[in-house]
Amino acid sequence: MELCVNGEKLHLPDGATIQALLDHYKLQSVRVAVELNRDIVAKKAYVTTGLKSGDTVEIVTFVGGG
Amino acid sequence: MTSTTLKIGPYELQSRLIVGTGKYSSLELMQKCHHESGAQVVTVAVRRERLLDKNSGRNILDFIDPQKYILLPNTAGCFNAEEVVRVAKLGREMLTGSGYRGADWVKLECLGDTKTLLPEPVGTLEALKTLVKDGFQVLVYCSDDVMLCKRIKEAGAAAVMPAGSPIGSGQGVLNPNAIRIILEQLKENDPTYPVIVDAGVGTASDVAAAMELGVDAVLLNTAVAAAAEPAKMARAMMLATESGRLAYEAGRIPRKLYATASSPWEGRINA
Repeated sequence: MELCVNGEKLHLPDGATIQALLDHYKLQSVRVAVELNRDIVAKKAYVTTGLKSGDTVEIVTFVGGG
Repeated sequence: MTSTTLKIGPYELQSRLIVGTGKYSSLELMQKCHHESGAQVVTVAVRRERLLDKNSGRNILDFIDPQKYILLPNTAGCFNAEEVVRVAKLGREMLTGSGYRGADWVKLECLGDTKTLLPEPVGTLEALKTLVKDGFQVLVYCSDDVMLCKRIKEAGAAAVMPAGSPIGSGQGVLNPNAIRIILEQLKENDPTYPVIVDAGVGTASDVAAAMELGVDAVLLNTAVAAAAEPAKMARAMMLATESGRLAYEAGRIPRKLYATASSPWEGRINA
């Protein structure tokens, strides 16, 4: 399936979850927040939330700012 | 002898200096500056995770001790109410259950354009109302317009944070009289209501001058991060915050046009 992750196209195997997506990028769930089609996904739901082709995902983290 | 403590939203603070985390040449230097500043609150921005080039896997939170610091997520870089609310919720989600304090508050920043980086008042108020309804304690970055500051307080802000001058400009507090009026108006019958000067500070005397006006705290970033010796400037800012506050609490003497002798006139040998 084809996803749009942080504005970039990404292909993942069908049935992949949010957790699988984070694993793909080697990201720790404790350091990010995830939006799926503009809705925030709770951390505890990462392993159960499946993705489908055409989904738009934002993965954000904290950076330096003022 | 120390100055009085400050309560903002759910937090009681001994330090009246809030510092940013941006523009540092390294995360190690940021950490050192945070330590030197004596700050208990540091503000952080929310951005897309860099998915491929991940800064060698280092996350800024690895350089912020959750025991020592409260995080203040901000909505820097947002230009309308919708973006502000979205980013605020993402910040809260990241902090919830993270071991860090700060999930319950946010620094609202809604900008008008990229050149001035001045706050956009209509979007700011709109976002504030939505965030307050959603249970956030909102610290609102805004211009030093007295009536706008009043409307922001009335809309339920946990703190009002007028800019001293444009973000990163180093011009200090350009209109101290506006800040004075804001303090009078917002603290009338509510003396502990927090008013914080956010943005524009260039050096330590700007901080001391702001604190002497009676603001509850100062929030700054660039003045430290972009100083020639950031750690030394962080320490200067800590001292300026404390001395400005103490001077405010002590109560300065009135300005007079003519001199008043410090030594007695009586007993002069030439009298």
